[in-house]
This record gives sequence, structure tokens and C-alpha cells, in this order.
Amino acid sequence: MSPRAASRLESLGFRAVYDYAAGKADWFAAGLPVEGEAAATPVLGKLVRRDVPSGRLDEQVGDLSRRAEAAGWDQAVVLDDRGVLLGWLSQDALRSDPATEVAAVMLEGPVTFRPNEGIAETASWMDTRQVRSILVTSSDGTFLGVVRRQDLDVAEPAGARAEA
Amino acid sequence: MPKEILRKEAEKLIEAGAQVLDVLELSEYRESHLPGAVHIHLRRLAEKAREKLDPTRPVVVYCHDYA
Repeated sequence: MSPRAASRLESLGFRAVYDYAAGKADWFAAGLPVEGEAAATPVLGKLVRRDVPSGRLDEQVGDLSRRAEAAGWDQAVVLDDRGVLLGWLSQDALRSDPATEVAAVMLEGPVTFRPNEGIAETASWMDTRQVRSILVTSSDGTFLGVVRRQDLDVAEPAGARAEA
Repeated sequence: MPKEILRKEAEKLIEAGAQVLDVLELSEYRESHLPGAVHIHLRRLAEKAREKLDPTRPVVVYCHDYA
């Protein structure tokens, strides 16, 4: 629809028209600001913890593990130069031989969530699988942060979900 | 011909003061839209565009997605 609108605007004399074809879905999936009635709805993007330690594929686990411990985290992520998520290290993986390369012990292709996903649905997904935290990325794979299960209860208590 | 842009460029243009146009249904716009977006449904564009938008300034147009 937007290509037609953009062309029509030009035909009406508008000089600089840009078609953001990926549109609203893309914008919201990146966790960018939203206006409107849905802006008050709790979504994962509002709960993301961005201070999770990150490392590179070719660094040693010991270095990443030390950074994680110093920051009070029991997990870490692996990113490329553009901030795209490549892998995830659990507490056990961080306890691997410190001289091992991160790439050898990370979980490749972990499950990720988008920042515009709902709290209740995500909590249910995590409970079913007994998952304590999830990774949040934008639609282009850029890592945004971690959301922990207990954060979801703060955002939307179980009672509130039951009444909804 | 209008230039198709990706999110990063849309962000830059909006930050620089470009006008933002949502051409979805009004109910969809009311539910959620990009910050500062003006709503004109595609069918009413010819009638409303010059009333709600400045033709001399950049406009970023969007709908839901590529569909």
C-alpha cells in the first residue's frame, strides 16, 4: 500500500517522498517508540536488560567469563561487529576451559523474541519450557538484551493476566 | 519515483524533522503508529494530503509491511 501512496503523493506535487515499505511491523519489531492506544500495553521491549555481557567468536571463554562475573551475570551473548546475535553462553558454558574459544562452546542460533511481543504469551511460553530468561533481538538480528522470567511478573502480575 | 528506504534511513529522516504519513485504516492508526505520524487513508490522499502535509518538506510514508 505504501508504494502506491508514495507515488500518489509525488503526483500531487510532493517533492521528497520516501517509502518505508517494511513499515509499522518492522518499526515495532525493532523496539522503537510507538504512539497510540497500544503504547500502554506491556511488551518485551520495555523490560529488556541491556547490560548482559557480550563477547566475540574468537575470544577466550575465560575473558568473557570474567567480564560476566564482574557484571553479576551468569550468561553471556556473542555478537558480530554490527551487534547481530551469533550465539549464547549458559552458566555451564562460561565454566568451560578458560582457554577455549567462545565459538566452540556457545549455543548457535538460540531462540529469540521480538521486542513487540506480549508479556503474557511470552510468560506462558517460558513456563511451559521452564526457561528462566530469553534473548530479544530486532527483526534484523540485532541483539537488544535479555528478559528474565521474574521481570514478566512485575510488568504484568499473574492476577492481572487471569482477569484479562 | 519515490525512494524506498529501510528503517535506519527512516529513523534518520524522522529525527531530522521529516513528516510521517500512515496510510492504514484509522482503527489501525489509533491502535498504534510511528511517533508524530499523520493519518490519511490511501483512498483520501488526493483530498487531504495538502491539508495535512507540507509538500515542500520530506515525507516518510508507511503502511503495515511489504504486503
